[in-house]
This record gives sequence, structure tokens and C-alpha cells, in this order.
Amino acid sequence: MSFNAWMLTIILFWPLLASLVILLLPSEQEQQIKNFAIWSSLLPLLLTSYLLWDYGINHLLAAGFAYSVNILWIPQINVHFHIGVDGLGLVMVFLTTLLTTLSLWYSKGVIHKRVKEYFFLFLFMEMGMLGVFLSLDLVLFYLFWEVGLVPMYLLIGIWGGKNRLYASIKFFLYTLTGSVAMLLAFIALYLKSGTFDIVELSKLHPFQGDIVLGSIVFFGIFLGFTIKLPAWPFHTWLPDAHTEAPTAGSVMLAGVMLKLGAFGYLRILLPILPQAFIKWSMLVVALGVISIVYGAFVCIAQDDLKRLIAYSSVSHMGYVLLGIGAAVASMRPGAIVANANSAAIALNGAALQMFNHGIITGGLFFLVGIIYERAHTRDLGVFGGLSGKTPYYYGLFLVTALASLGLPGLAGFWAEFFVFRGAFDIVRIWAIVGVLGVILTAAYILWRIVQSVFLGQFDEERWGNKLTDVEPYEKVTMWPLVIIMVIVGLYPTIVVNFLNQTSINILSKLP
Amino acid sequence: MITLDKLYLLSPEFILLIAAFLVLGIDIFGKRRWQKALPYWTIAGLLLSMVASFWLMGHKETVTDTMAADSFAYYFQLIGEMVVVLVTLALVDYLPGRTHQQGEFYALLLFAAIAIMVAVSATDLIMVYLGMEFLSITSYVLVGFLRNDKRANEAAIKYFLYGAVASAVMLYGMSLLYGLTGTTNLAAIAQKLTAGNLVSGYQWLLFPALLFLTVGFGYKSSLVPFHQWAPDVYDGAPTPVSAFLATASKGVGFALLIRVFVTALPAVKIDWVALLYALSVLTMTVGNFVALRQTSVKRMLAYSSVAQAGYIVIGLVAFNGKVPFTAFNGVSGVLFYLLAYAFTNAGAFIVVGAIEEHTGSTQMDDYNGLVKRSPFLAGVFLILLLSLAGVPATGGFMGKFMVFGAALAEQFYILALIAIINSVVAVGYYFKVIKAMFFVPGEGPAIAVAKPTRYALVITLAMTLLLGIFPSWFLHIATTSGLAMVGL
Repeated sequence: MSFNAWMLTIILFWPLLASLVILLLPSEQEQQIKNFAIWSSLLPLLLTSYLLWDYGINHLLAAGFAYSVNILWIPQINVHFHIGVDGLGLVMVFLTTLLTTLSLWYSKGVIHKRVKEYFFLFLFMEMGMLGVFLSLDLVLFYLFWEVGLVPMYLLIGIWGGKNRLYASIKFFLYTLTGSVAMLLAFIALYLKSGTFDIVELSKLHPFQGDIVLGSIVFFGIFLGFTIKLPAWPFHTWLPDAHTEAPTAGSVMLAGVMLKLGAFGYLRILLPILPQAFIKWSMLVVALGVISIVYGAFVCIAQDDLKRLIAYSSVSHMGYVLLGIGAAVASMRPGAIVANANSAAIALNGAALQMFNHGIITGGLFFLVGIIYERAHTRDLGVFGGLSGKTPYYYGLFLVTALASLGLPGLAGFWAEFFVFRGAFDIVRIWAIVGVLGVILTAAYILWRIVQSVFLGQFDEERWGNKLTDVEPYEKVTMWPLVIIMVIVGLYPTIVVNFLNQTSINILSKLP
Repeated sequence: MITLDKLYLLSPEFILLIAAFLVLGIDIFGKRRWQKALPYWTIAGLLLSMVASFWLMGHKETVTDTMAADSFAYYFQLIGEMVVVLVTLALVDYLPGRTHQQGEFYALLLFAAIAIMVAVSATDLIMVYLGMEFLSITSYVLVGFLRNDKRANEAAIKYFLYGAVASAVMLYGMSLLYGLTGTTNLAAIAQKLTAGNLVSGYQWLLFPALLFLTVGFGYKSSLVPFHQWAPDVYDGAPTPVSAFLATASKGVGFALLIRVFVTALPAVKIDWVALLYALSVLTMTVGNFVALRQTSVKRMLAYSSVAQAGYIVIGLVAFNGKVPFTAFNGVSGVLFYLLAYAFTNAGAFIVVGAIEEHTGSTQMDDYNGLVKRSPFLAGVFLILLLSLAGVPATGGFMGKFMVFGAALAEQFYILALIAIINSVVAVGYYFKVIKAMFFVPGEGPAIAVAKPTRYALVITLAMTLLLGIFPSWFLHIATTSGLAMVGL
């Protein structure tokens, strides 16, 4: 086996190793712990970058998974330690490692309480999330899915805001409810087919032809992923969790954890249960569109900046759902699709939106954290006129916010464009309703945020010199994200190249 | 026919018997220096006996037709011995200052271990009864051993009264079974029942017999509605003894439930499956919902262990009897679950005991900010609670996975659904403790944990994680042990 084959294993378990080392360090040496965590998080990021390069050269058009490792783990029930990536998985791994490093870097400046536990949990959580993106076995997938949950629960509960106790347990219970339903469905898949292997199951399509049982299993898994995503009406844990979590926690929640749900759709639900998915594809489309519009409306009504951005995630993840749903809906019997590529385009849009949303909303949460550290409030009503006081901050915020609303030339635009371009051909009415969301997004970004925070009158009396401009370490946190937003905005192919083959693979293997 | 050449198959029991008398002897006649080492003599005996039990695994014989020497028995013996080792380690720091009769305590513990070993090997109703009574009587004494502790006394008398009634009912059930079949041997009973060779006109007594037997076994494994003693006894008993009762002693209930029902009563499988189905639903639901309301961690763990019993029964309900076993067969699930649960729950009680040792309290509020006062205890308890809640990478998850999988495999969809909903409800109370330990600030001096207790906790922690991450070897042992019992 070549050296590259072990790369994913190293990427996956390095954070675990680092977190265990942190556990052994004395808790008084806070600086050492912080530095160690940041440095050690760089290795997975660098290795992932190398793999991106290597994948781009050698595997870009591969039909299967690259860098696979497959070791028998629990022979009694045929469970394997099977990991591997395709283009989508690799992009998600990159997103995870990048946001982890940036989060740790940012946390170095703002976390002063129980430092050792914090950095331990953060690295441990990284392993959980990476594991989900890498797993090619359902039991392994479930294991990492749950393992990542616990550190996040603790991060919210220990370092969160005022309402953290409620938010943390709500987050855990919601997600757990979804995941246990998913677990039963996984077992059902095994009992039907005798394997937990995702690659095998994607070929076997268990429950093909048995639409009743197939649908029950589908909804078990669907519940798990849709709560995590989250789509309306399962989204109510999200505003609480995102608002109460510490800044870096919100970044990881919005940036990576929500993607786990969307990723599950593409890795498990669609390839393994296509028939049931096609049957219920309009439901997925509807939930996507409702999430887009509902989320955007709720955003407009928010007074808390962080809560607003949290709800914007509901809206933006709705695009992902719409893209996936539309792609599947194109295969309904009797569906009339003018352009044969529409499904792949919608799917590409959904996948690209996963990456973009991670980068953009991650950035937004950092920016909210930056102002909260100074003002100790996020009430939209008390700010105003910050554009003159903190021009650098204004600049960073404006770019990120405009990317979020889908301004052409920045990353967000392309994903929305692809999704609607694909969906318009397949589910026209829904796509038209969905476009409404884009307009509403412009409303809450420009009117609620930019106008009330950055324009208008600055309250000199209240703020004095408290609202200083961004510090160097905050610039370092934000710049990589801004650069990616611009690059992907100008040249989306750089990401879409990785995603396109995955979309084609998924669609071509459906029966 | 008595054949003495097979007695070596009982060597684990004999080793412990010698160890028990040795401990008693040292306590009375030994030098002071030796007396101090009593717990270590106890542990040495247990370890030796464990080696013997492990060595003898794979045998498939009976001794004098009343004791089975099969992997199934040895498997449960190993669980029992292991738990007693952990309990003994926890007692080293717990007993001094509470009682002067330490030697007797350790000796009693060893006798209780022997009782477990006899009970789980029994293949004859008389032997089953003797083993159960032997275990019960030693347990009553252990619970009430600290005679100046009013709550322990109350617990002991409650345990005794419930136990007396339950074993009387069970004995009545056995007598009915004997009356119907004319034998007390489990295999012979099975033969008679399958052949339909019963005293005519009284076949209907079979179901009452089954019901009464279930009362006895259900009492030991704290199935609702035979559980009422459990919360009070677990709460009132010395905490290490609670650990023993909630794991090893409960395991005996399950071992007998499995052995008697599967080997003696396959003819009425449909009856006991229905009965256990109902008991399982009741047990997990009542256990979980009552646990939600508790303010004492120890009492909460007591109800949680009632609820866990409900999950374990699912495995037996879903046992399909096919040989060789299918991947998700209920019995190896139950055996694995009990192993994982023994380590996890024993560890949890030991943590509670260690905290009680220093704060004198088991109230949830006194766990506030525990992570500051003892990061070790808080960290270990976190993992153990996650295991009890069934979060992956722990033994508790693998146990649930195997058992729920068995339920689905046998198409008990509703039961699996109820179990899954219950395990979400359970998170509500397990995480209350995590919340107190990690989220809520609290003041108090640092808690120092005695070395032996520390060792016990490290073992439980390591085993909980090992069973969750590398379960295959243990699953293999559980499966072969289950097979040995079915094949007998």
C-alpha cells in the first residue's frame, strides 16, 4: 500500500493523539497548551492540502474512492474500518481542518477559562467530524457522528453564553433523537443486505422494490440528517445552540457540523436508498424551499446579531436541500427535464453551497465574536455608525456579508446560481418561490445588519473608545476566509472540479 | 451418579472457598501486618479463581448432573469475580472508619462470589434455588453490615422481606414444574415438555409456574414490577455493595433467566417471550421516567440500573434459537451487554462512593463543579455516564447495538422503537449529572481519591472503552458462551 493510503488515517487520528497529549500537559501552562493545539492542528491541514493537490492530479476523474483503507474491525457483524474520500469528502475534510486551525487560533486570544479542557475538546471534536467525512462504513460513520457530538455539547455548556445550559442539552437531545432513528435504519440495512459497507450498499440498493419498508428506513435516516442539517421544522435547536456557543464553537457548528447532515444525504441516503428518495424527493424540495424562505423571514425579525446569523444558516442550508431534492426529483417517473445536465448542476450547486456556507458563515460568526468581545452585547439596536469607527472591521464584514447574500464575484453567488439553474429546470414553481429567499437575504443582510450596525449615527456617549478596530490576530483569522471567498467567487471551477465527479458518480450509479 | 474425577471443573469455586476461609483465619489469628493486607488476599484469591474460570472455558460437561461446567457458566463467573475484585478495591478506602469487622466483610464478599458461581452453573431447579438463596443471604448481610447506619439497616430488612417473598414464590413455581414433569433437571424438564408427557388435566399450571419462576429471577435482576426493593437497597447499602448488587448479583438473575427458560422451557417459548416483552417495556419505561425525577445521584443510578435491565431483557425476547448463531442473536447480545454494563455500572457506583467518602453526600447539587475538585473523578464519570447512555465508542453502546439489532432482526419493531425512545429519555438524567459536574460552578475542597479506588476506576474506564472500540474478541467469547448453553 502506498504512503498516500495511510494519509487519511493520519489526518483522522492525529487530532485525537494531540488531544491526548494536551490531557497530559499541566493545566497551568496555558500558553503552551494553546500553542501546541494550534501547531498540531496544522498537520492535518497541511496533509489535506497535499491530498487536494495529489487528488487533483491523479484522481480527479476517478469513479470510486481514493486513499481507501479497509480493515476488518468487528467480524461478528461484518463491520470494517473502511475510510476513503471522493472529491466532495476531500473538500469537506479541507473545510474541517481549515476551520479548526482558524478556530483554535482565534480561541487563543479569547479563551481564558479552563483552557486545557477547551483545547482538548476542540481537537477531539475535530476527529469526530473528520471521521464522518471519511467513513465508508455505516457503523464507523455512526460512531464518529456521535463522538463529535459530546465535545460540542460540552463546549456549549461550559464556555457558552447566559442560556447555555438549556441550549446545550436541547442541542444534544435533538441530534440524538435523529441519530438513534438513523441507527435503527442502519441496522435494518444490514439485516437486509448483510453488510454495513457504504460502497457495497450503494451497489446493492437494499429495499429496492419494497417501497413501504424502504420508505420507513429512508425516513429513519432522513430524520437524523435533516435534524442535523437542519431543515424546517427540525431547526429549533439551531438558533439556541449557535447563539449560546462560544464563537469558535459556533464557527464549527455552522461551518462543519451542519454539513454532516447534508453530507449524509449525498453519501448515504441518495446512493443507498434511491428509490425511496425519488419517491419522497418533492418533500425534500419542499422542506428546502420552506427553510429558505422561512429562515430568511425569521432573520429579518431578529434583534440579536448572532441569532440572526444562526437563522441565516437555516435559510442557506435550505439551498443545499433544494439542490439535492431537485436533482433527485429529476428522476421521478414522468418528470420533464429539458436539459439532461440539470440534475448534476443542482447537485454541484448543493455541494458547493456546503463548502461556501462553511467558509462564509464561519467568517460571519468570527466577526460577530469580534464585536461581542468589545461591546458585550449583540443587540442590533445599540450599534450604528461603525463604518467610520472601525473601517477595517467594516471592510471584512461587508465582503463576508455580501458573499453571504450571493453577490456575483464572491463565493456565495455560484452555489445559489447552480442550485437555481438546476432546480428551475426540474421543479420550476418551487425554484421560483425559492428565489424569493435571495431577495429576503439581501433585505436582512443590508437592512438589518449593514444599515443598523455600520451606517447611521455612532453612539459616542455609550461606546466611547470601547469599539476598537480589529487586532492583528483577528485579521489573521479572517483573511484566509476572505481570500477563499474571493478566489471561489472569481474562479469557482477550482472547487467545482472536485465536486463535479462526485455528483456524476452518485447520479450514474443510481438504478 | 457421582463422579469425583470431574471435580476439577469446580476449581474456581474451591479456590474461592479456600480464599474465604484463609481471609477469615487471617482476620482471627493473623498478625496485624497481615490483617492490613486482607483485601489483597481477597483479590489474590479472586484473580486465581478467574484464571481457573478462564482456563476451563470451552468445557462442556456437567458435574453430578446438577452443575454445568460450560462456557456460559464460566462467562458469568468471570463477570462475578471481576466485579468483586473492583468492589474489594473500592472497599479498601471505604471500610476503615465504618466498621472493625473488615475480615468478615471480605469473607462474606467471597462467599457471595461463590454463591454467584454456584447459581450460574446450576442445571437443576434445586441447585438454582440453593444458589439463589446462598447469594441472597450473603447479600442481606452485606447490605446491613454497617449496623450503626440506619439507612443500611432499613435497606437490609427491606431486601430481606422482598427476597423472602420472591424466593418463596419462585420455589412454588419450581414445585409446580416438578409436579408437572416429575423431575427437577432442566434438560429432563425440557424433554418432558416437548414430548407433551405431562400429568393430564394440569397442563394449564405451566403458565403459573413460568410466571412464578419469573418473579424469582426478575427480583434478582430488578425487573419492574419486582424492582421495588432495588432503589431503596442500592441507595441505603454501602456504596461498593450497591455496585455489587447492581451488576454481579443482577447478572445472576439474567444468567438463570436465560438458562432456565432456554434449556428447560423452550416448549413454552411463546409464553415467556410475551411475558418478557411486557416486562421489558415496563422495566425500561418505569426505570427511566422515575430516574428523571431523582435528586440523589446514587438513587438515580439505582433507577438507571432498573432501566438497563429492561434493555437487557430485549436480547432474550429476541433470541431466535437458531444454531449456529446469526449475527444479531439476542443471547450473545445479552452476554456482551452484561459484561459492558458490569464494568460501567460498577465504576459509576464506585465514583459515587468515592465522592460520598469526602463530601458525605450523594445529592446532585454536591456534584456541582466537580471537575474543578477532582478532574479525575469527573472525567471517569463522564465516560461511564456516556456508556450508560449508550454513546458510541463505549461498551454500553455496543451492548445496546447488539441487543437492539437482535430486536430488529426478529422483527420486534415496536419493541426496538420503545427502547430507542427510552434511551433518548435516559440521556435526560445522565446528562443532568454531566451538567452539574462540568457546567455549574461549585465550591469545595479538592477531592483526593485513594489509590485502590483509583485502580478500580482505571480498570472500569479502560474496559468500558476497550469494549466499545475493540469489541470483537469479547463478542467472540460471548457468542461461544451463549452457544455452549444452547447446545447443552
